[in-house]
Amino acid sequence: MKKLFFALGLAIAVALPALAQAREVTFTTELLNYGGDGAYLALYLTDASGKYQGTLWVAGEKSKYYKHLRGWARGSRLDPAEYDGLTGASITSGRTLKITLDLDDALIDSGHEVRIDTAVEDLRDNRADVAVSLTSEGAGKPVTGRGYVRSFRYDF
Amino acid sequence: MLRQLHGLPGLLAALLLVTLAATGAVLALAPAMDRAAAVIPAAGEVSVAELAGRVVEHYPGTEQIVRGPSGGVIVYYSRDGQPGADLVSPLTGEGIAPYEPSAFFTWVRDLHRSFLLDDAGRMLAGAVAAVMLLLCISGTLLLVRRSGGWTALLRPLPGSGGKRIHAELARFAVLGLLLSALTGSYMAAQRFGLLPETSQIGPAFPAEVAGGQPAPVATLSALSKVDLRELRELVFPYPDDPQDVYSLTTSDGFGFVDQATGELLKYQSRSEGSVIQQWIVSLHTGEGLWWLGLILGAAALTVPVLSITGITIWWQRHRASEQLPDNADVSQAEAVILVGSEGNTTWGFARALRASLHQAGLRVHCSEMNALADHYPQASMLLVLTSTYGNGDAPASARRFMARLSEFREGKALKYAVLGFGDRQFPNFCQFALDVDAALARKGLSRLHSVELIDRCCASQFSEWGDRISELIRTPFSLTYDPLPSPTVKLELVERSDYGLAVQAPTSILRFEAAEQRGWPKFLPRARKALPSFEAGDLLGVIPPQGQAARFYSLASSSTDGVLEICVRKKPGGLCSGYLHDLKPGDRIDGFLRHNPDFRPAVGNTPVILIGAGAGIGPLTGFIRKNTKGNPMYLYWGGRNSQSDFLYQPELGRYLEDNRLTGLNTAFSRSDERAYVQDKLRQDEIAVRQMVRTGAQILVCGGRDMAEGVKQVIDEILKPLPVDVETLRAEGRYLEDVY
Repeated sequence: MKKLFFALGLAIAVALPALAQAREVTFTTELLNYGGDGAYLALYLTDASGKYQGTLWVAGEKSKYYKHLRGWARGSRLDPAEYDGLTGASITSGRTLKITLDLDDALIDSGHEVRIDTAVEDLRDNRADVAVSLTSEGAGKPVTGRGYVRSFRYDF
Repeated sequence: MLRQLHGLPGLLAALLLVTLAATGAVLALAPAMDRAAAVIPAAGEVSVAELAGRVVEHYPGTEQIVRGPSGGVIVYYSRDGQPGADLVSPLTGEGIAPYEPSAFFTWVRDLHRSFLLDDAGRMLAGAVAAVMLLLCISGTLLLVRRSGGWTALLRPLPGSGGKRIHAELARFAVLGLLLSALTGSYMAAQRFGLLPETSQIGPAFPAEVAGGQPAPVATLSALSKVDLRELRELVFPYPDDPQDVYSLTTSDGFGFVDQATGELLKYQSRSEGSVIQQWIVSLHTGEGLWWLGLILGAAALTVPVLSITGITIWWQRHRASEQLPDNADVSQAEAVILVGSEGNTTWGFARALRASLHQAGLRVHCSEMNALADHYPQASMLLVLTSTYGNGDAPASARRFMARLSEFREGKALKYAVLGFGDRQFPNFCQFALDVDAALARKGLSRLHSVELIDRCCASQFSEWGDRISELIRTPFSLTYDPLPSPTVKLELVERSDYGLAVQAPTSILRFEAAEQRGWPKFLPRARKALPSFEAGDLLGVIPPQGQAARFYSLASSSTDGVLEICVRKKPGGLCSGYLHDLKPGDRIDGFLRHNPDFRPAVGNTPVILIGAGAGIGPLTGFIRKNTKGNPMYLYWGGRNSQSDFLYQPELGRYLEDNRLTGLNTAFSRSDERAYVQDKLRQDEIAVRQMVRTGAQILVCGGRDMAEGVKQVIDEILKPLPVDVETLRAEGRYLEDVY
């Protein structure tokens, strides 16, 4: 699985007043056997009102399909600077995506949400397949998605 | 070169091609099925706003409305946190059925796209599509060259067996296959970056929206201006997000709609590239063009048959091209055999000749005509065996022959004989062989034997030529070679009627059935072997017991008649006809069938003029017997004496009564009138000309002299018309079965 360290994008760093400590967070996303081509996924952060804050990861390498990841596409305005260096291969039906990132402490327990948009060629697009608050209690607790995500959890 | 370009990739890709074609044919049904399931309102009847309003009433959690290329409207929605999708009626917004892409079609599509191997498979599928493209192009060029020009493609194709099936099917399917292959290769090339990407991402989300209270979707002005028929997709805003918008995709472009004001934001028209892209996808899948899909599917269905016949043709050719053992050196050879061959058939004959001469003790050098040496120091005879390609051109292994001949240094001491191979149905029959014969004569060489032309690989003609050469060079040898040995069937004579003894033309109608196995207990179910299928006009090959080359007899019956009937005239000293004439009911022979699909009356109600003499009446009677629909058929037949050799007299009388035969005109040469069939034609000149003018077809069956005479008379009769026998022949309207 993927292991990757990274300091969340400039947008968030600027938005936050003080530079707090970073924490290593692992996001584990397991997909259903939906039986189609590789799924495109966008993991991103929003504030409590659902407003886009920054991109965590995009699975799927063809940017022409990114507009189907609708919530993320709208928030990021598909600006390549938003996802530069944060992309990887699409995820095959039934497989698991595991990524590890360095996240700012200030993003946790501050009303931020992790959202996942998913899309598969010739199948439906799922905006906010998963939407879950990023809190200390929520860590390690799997949640079920409403689209192609069988279960999602984050650990730190 | 063209042939290798057609054969090798075809052979390698056959299995993959068959998979793509079979799955493609299945997928081709999908657009027609989708179309049948969809409710499609008239243009201008339903706007997108109306549709969305109706849908939202039944599906409050609507997320996305998609109109498929076939017109079906699918709603993606959420209900109690659970996603769902339904096919809905655009007239009411009510669900018709849950929408679930068929697992079967999905699987077939994956197999078609990628052999179930994802990206690597897609690359392979793309490569196979490119191979298909190559096959379509090279195959068309081959067919054009073979049939002698582009316009010849539209006429009936000559040839027989696997080659004929291959050519006929390919001609039917090539446009469909070409379209599928071209669009398929294009999409694959684009996917893997070999061609520039032309699909359009669409405009970026608007930065600012009005953000007021959302209005009901049915009232949004931008949506009421779009007709349902133009809709591709409408994505609803995220619930309770006033900053979000509707995303609209139509056949013309992309845009967003403000959920409060109904205003169209950031509209972008479809680029030219994107429109082309859409067309290419439609032309490949038939999506939105269900009738095209069905045509492409039918074309794809021919691919398995094309693959099998193609491989068979390749294999026959390959088998015919095996190497020659102990070939004498140019400097040592006493006899030289040169071969001009395109498809290697001629090589088979050449090998048989070489083996016979070798066995007779001669040192033989055998090579392709292109390898003509400057000088054969020891040779006393040069035998050239060649086919003709297309419209009188040199076949592949002889293309450089004429050029090399100018370097050739031989004098009168070298005697030569040219043997041409071809098919009389093609225009310019054996033209290249005639050209070679003339060119060698101009070179100062003397003929050992005049040029001989062999029609359709006729084994007996080849063997007779061999006998004559054997006499001329005073070296005993005999030639037996049959390029297409067929499985034999055991036949039992069940009935014979004899005619013509009194006029020295003993002719018999022989009827055979498939022989039962001997020694089979009578009380057990009979192991009667059914006759293989055949039709009147096909040929029965019979090998006389002396083991000479097979002789062929035209069949007068079809397998549906239950008997196999031939009409045989006993030739003085004829081995095979003598053998057949000596048969008594109950006697058995070995025979094999050869199809002859080119000698058949046309279907339809244009008149058919049948012309024959003597035993040539056999297949003609077979055609009349089959004519139960009563299409106009006229028979001109010549015999010797109505008292003695009027073959099929009672049967023809019956056919006149029940309209299977429209007119019968006989000529008898040893009666008071002393007339030949040509005379009868000349008498009916006006009627014959009129029938030809209305599209009549002429079929001639009988001896070579009779056929030549008939051809002259018909040409005379046709003088006032802009056509002659040759033009009719090219249109498939003048057919001959001549022996």
